[in-house]
Amino acid sequence: MSALQPSELDRPTLARDRSAADADLKSVSAALRRAEFGDRMRSLLLAAPLLVLLALSFGIPIVLLLSRAVYDPTIADALPKTTVALAGWNDQGLPGDDAFAALAADLKDNQAKGTAYELAKSLNARLPGARSQLLKTVRKLESADGQAALDAMKSVPFWSAPTTWPAIRSGTNSLTSFYLLSALDLRWNADGGIERVPPEQAIFIQVFLRTFFVAASVTLATLILAFPLAYLIANVPKGLAAILIVAVLLPFWTSILVRTAAWTVLLQKFGLVNDFLLFIGIASDRLDLMYSRIGLIIAMTHIQLPFTLLPIYSVMRTIPPSQMKAAYSLGARPFTAFRRIYIPQVFPGVMAGCMLTFILCLGYYITPALIGGASDQLISNFIANYVNVELNWEMAAALSFILLVFTLALFGIFARVLGLDRLKLV
Amino acid sequence: MLLSPYPTTSERIRITLLWIWCGLVILFLLVPILIPVPLSFNSGAFFIFPLEGISTRWYEVVLGTQRWQSAIGNSLIVAFGTTVIATTLGTLTAIALSDEKFPGRRIIMPLLLSPLIVPVVITAVGSYLFYARVGLASTYAGIILAHTALASPFVVVTVGASLTGFDRNLMRAAAISGARPLTSFFRVMLPLILPGVLSGAAFAFVTSFDEVVVVQFLASAGQRTMPLEMFIGLREKLSPAITAAATLMMGLSILLLLVANLLARRGRKPSA
Repeated sequence: MSALQPSELDRPTLARDRSAADADLKSVSAALRRAEFGDRMRSLLLAAPLLVLLALSFGIPIVLLLSRAVYDPTIADALPKTTVALAGWNDQGLPGDDAFAALAADLKDNQAKGTAYELAKSLNARLPGARSQLLKTVRKLESADGQAALDAMKSVPFWSAPTTWPAIRSGTNSLTSFYLLSALDLRWNADGGIERVPPEQAIFIQVFLRTFFVAASVTLATLILAFPLAYLIANVPKGLAAILIVAVLLPFWTSILVRTAAWTVLLQKFGLVNDFLLFIGIASDRLDLMYSRIGLIIAMTHIQLPFTLLPIYSVMRTIPPSQMKAAYSLGARPFTAFRRIYIPQVFPGVMAGCMLTFILCLGYYITPALIGGASDQLISNFIANYVNVELNWEMAAALSFILLVFTLALFGIFARVLGLDRLKLV
Repeated sequence: MLLSPYPTTSERIRITLLWIWCGLVILFLLVPILIPVPLSFNSGAFFIFPLEGISTRWYEVVLGTQRWQSAIGNSLIVAFGTTVIATTLGTLTAIALSDEKFPGRRIIMPLLLSPLIVPVVITAVGSYLFYARVGLASTYAGIILAHTALASPFVVVTVGASLTGFDRNLMRAAAISGARPLTSFFRVMLPLILPGVLSGAAFAFVTSFDEVVVVQFLASAGQRTMPLEMFIGLREKLSPAITAAATLMMGLSILLLLVANLLARRGRKPSA
């Protein structure tokens, strides 16, 4: 045994060899790591231009918009003196004369800088009627200073009303939950709790419910229409299936606007849909389908049908027909076989199609704008209206915030439960 | 396939009902998109059947008047700009993402797809707010940027699909043979994934050409695109010129997307 052991002389050599081999291995793995790191950096660099562009053209705009829902410095910026004067006020009754004087001075400053109108608009969002009162006061203040200015303020009853100063006070906080609460028809009450706004002021819950209702109706309608057709396409010979799938894809490839335009033509009082209803005798008179809820749902169902159908079809296509035959041969009745063998397998496809349609319906804008009536406008139309007509960015931002939360939550569930791959249509 | 070899009466009835139902659904799908076509050739000024006569007068309005001509021009400028940027950057990103080792692939993919999920009004209003501050509102560049965000996901997905059939060893072989990375990209990779790239480009073009909501917020009066003219026309008064414009837009979308899908299918074949 001892003869076989390496001699004392050999030992250092062996040790040196081993450490050299270790060093080689280390340097190889280091080189490999470096190379992999280089590869990784190169991939990142390749993806970087699009990611940067998306951040600039899509990410920042949306973050900026959403921030407008909770951050509104207009009033705080416009009323610096008032903000200071209100610091010691306890929100009870009216503040002291110094606050009135400070507000008068701030209003005069705004008039001089030309920002009075913007301030009036911003205050009006929190305090209905404030716009005209503020602009009236500003005119009164034009030639008044010191005691005269204070008297001018006191002569307008609006500034001594119990709701005015709490609204100004909350407005001087740049960070605000006011708009988000308003978007859900909620507000802070005097005791610092959250309450519902009076029914005559509540609008948004109704609009959200309407949006969900339309989305759910369209989803259900597309499912009823799409499921049998998907089943047929998945079970007929290839050539026929190709023709049928083209019939689904042709409308799918036509833009929403063009299809909405087509429906505005069809739904006219003397349009084809009314002709058809009269012809088969369902209606005894021509119906007003344009600017109606039913017209909107019909048009949206047409637009969304392929979105519901394609995920269902792509699952049905993978189910071999022999399975059902096997079920029959084992004695299952057609309905039992369908319920126990077919439905469980196509269920993920049905879920994917329905969720996709529901999510997309929540964001509909063009079709309600053109086909819906005044009481059929969905949440997106209200957002656009707040930007285009009311010029109230904060309210538009708050509604966007809530719509986005719903959309992303549903999409998150979709991605989690069904996987992103189901988004691939065709 | 639908009927068993020895169908029972109830089975025959079920299958017949299925066919009738599906026939009605197909009619529901196709009739609305086909209706504008005959109406656009109507010589009368109304949307009522029967047609008064055949004429191309509404096409002369769309292709011959200044208002529509400038709209078509604007649409083409925006759509070409979007297609070039979205296809180039989308292809690079798809190549990067096709690498298994790409860090954070599972996070980046949903982010890339998010422009398709976020309601388009939110995108449009946000772009309007931000672009107005940086001087991009009412510019072609602004519209093209916003459209690129909406169109690039299609490019990433189609090119990504064609890359699943691409053998990365080919790139190694090219490198061993002495090709520089750029050379091997243009001579080896690009020719093989070209169907996917072209298909993505067609998707990007159609996405931009059909888009109306972002344009509505970002475009000035001089930058109205064809869909925006249609939208405005539908709001103001219904003119048969709109059916002609709709027919033209539909024809272009269907043609391009047909090509895109055929190309995408070809590009995917090696993996199947």
